[in-house]
Amino acid sequence: MRNKTWLGLAVLAAMAPAVATAQVSNRNQTEDIIISQADLTPLQIAVVPFTGANGPQISDVISGNLKRSGFFSPLNPASFVETGLTLANSPNYPQWTSIGAQAVLYGGVTQRADGRVDVGFRLYDPYRQCQLVSYQFTATAEQWRRMAHKISDVVYQRLTGEQGYFDSRVLFVAESGSQTNRRSRLTIVDQDGYNPVFLTQGDEVIMSPRFSTHNPDEVTYVALGKDYSRIYLYNLATGRRESLGDFDGQVLAPRFSHDGSKMAFSIIRNGNTDVYVINLRTRQLSRLTSDPGIDTSPSFSPDGSQIVFTSDRSGSARLYTMRVDGSGQRPISRSGGLYTAPAWSPRGDLIAFTKQSGGRFHTGVMNTDGTGERILSSSYLEEGASWAPNGRYVMFARQSPGGDTRLWTVDLSGRVVAQAGYTERGSSPAWSGLLDAPPANLGVNQGPDSCATS
Amino acid sequence: MTKVSIIKVATIGAIAAAMAACTPKPPVETATPTPPPAVTNPSYPTAPTGPVDGSNTGPMAGSEQDFVINVGDRIYFDLDSYEVNAEAGMRLGAQAQWLQRYPSVTIRIEGNADERGTSEYNLALGARRAESVRNFLISRGIPANRIDTISFGKERPIAEGSNESAWAQNRNARTAIASGAPR
Repeated sequence: MRNKTWLGLAVLAAMAPAVATAQVSNRNQTEDIIISQADLTPLQIAVVPFTGANGPQISDVISGNLKRSGFFSPLNPASFVETGLTLANSPNYPQWTSIGAQAVLYGGVTQRADGRVDVGFRLYDPYRQCQLVSYQFTATAEQWRRMAHKISDVVYQRLTGEQGYFDSRVLFVAESGSQTNRRSRLTIVDQDGYNPVFLTQGDEVIMSPRFSTHNPDEVTYVALGKDYSRIYLYNLATGRRESLGDFDGQVLAPRFSHDGSKMAFSIIRNGNTDVYVINLRTRQLSRLTSDPGIDTSPSFSPDGSQIVFTSDRSGSARLYTMRVDGSGQRPISRSGGLYTAPAWSPRGDLIAFTKQSGGRFHTGVMNTDGTGERILSSSYLEEGASWAPNGRYVMFARQSPGGDTRLWTVDLSGRVVAQAGYTERGSSPAWSGLLDAPPANLGVNQGPDSCATS
Repeated sequence: MTKVSIIKVATIGAIAAAMAACTPKPPVETATPTPPPAVTNPSYPTAPTGPVDGSNTGPMAGSEQDFVINVGDRIYFDLDSYEVNAEAGMRLGAQAQWLQRYPSVTIRIEGNADERGTSEYNLALGARRAESVRNFLISRGIPANRIDTISFGKERPIAEGSNESAWAQNRNARTAIASGAPR
């Protein structure tokens, strides 16, 4: 009964957050997850060390993912009463309920004849004494981290009813050096902060990296040199890198359409910044805005029919939407302050933004018509929200006064503000979609507390 | 007074002191070396003793250094503004004069913004500042085809720190020599 109540709360918190709670957190707080509301009690889950090669490491990755989500509290393995639990058995339920485990995850790695490994797992509810899900992933042994992320996604999905987001990567700008002599490098890293890879040398200023949601190997970014600015299209799998082209003006703020066929961006000509769309196959360029104000940071709706952007045509920066042909431009943000850097949720239901007001910066979301604005996080300086693949978290860059910039995440309720998995200096995060589709029919569209087995 | 200006004044002061007889006031297109004092043919029975020191007469006229030190390559903007204010106008006027004197020089105006904004938006703001400077110089007779512009937004601050003084220095436009002048 107790866990059932909790699950209801968790889903409520994740799906229908009520009041915005501006988050004022200590800076330089590494590894901390700040939960501002006492009514959110994380689910206590026992993640049993998996058996087989890399098994314990896989469990550690899963525990780390679930903990960072803010909705789970992995129990200390030292407290486990039942040991030696393997895939062949079901848990000894009382031994798990005795330590307060509301869910038990266990599994193992087995070598296959073809050289790959199977990583199988089972998730149980020890109170109701039923299996919530079991499955196995198969891959080469060195892919154990990815398999751990995919297992995390299944567990998250099964227990919250929401799609997972752990099997994803983050593109961002790694920073080093002082404020006035800063080196920036395009970098990609697993969502949990592992496997960072530098993709540029550091001789150019890197801005606005973005993934194609259509293909997580396709990325774009702006490189700013001493006397040029370029939008690059870069395929991470093939290493092919090409400039989008010369546009008689400075280019900025590229973003793919969700089907990957178009790119919206801005061109500055004679000091005036406007939004354009280019068809990536035909290279046909269309100009969507033409007023004398700044029009930039375009972001497509997932269905490709609309674009949200920021404009100061009214005198101060506000968010506007328009159809992809540039028609129907109208302001959506409603209150004072400066609204910039909008990002349309992959679910299509919300727009995240950066708002400057009262001498501070805020990360917030609003409905696509501008109603229902909620501030999720506030600080001295933060900007550039990018959505998690499931549309339930955003990642942004937060800078302390006179100091470093680091990557942070906040959930849609504003209750879970945490430093991202990558804790070194970085800015301009872009979150990929899921690297590939999650397994079908693992409790999808089932109630999060249903006990159907699979 | 900003830190940058202090350094600049100090540099000019040091140069002026070094150039004993000549005290240039910017613009210093007249900064040609003065004839050396007659130290070679002493009319005294006993030659004076002690070393005779020498130093440069300052940057070569028409050089990038000349422009930076004696004219000033940067102007500053008020908060949320891309208007050229009176002080900036004086300096840009001097830049225009210098550029007219050296007609083979081409320039690149770099627009900069302080950190209190988001990066893409600040790139657009910086571009407005660069364009203001470009228009000003064109209005003073510099041909448009000698002037390129680029915005660095908030990506290239010149002053460290998160305070009013640093932000004021970082809201600027720099006139960089692109070609046509020795360093």
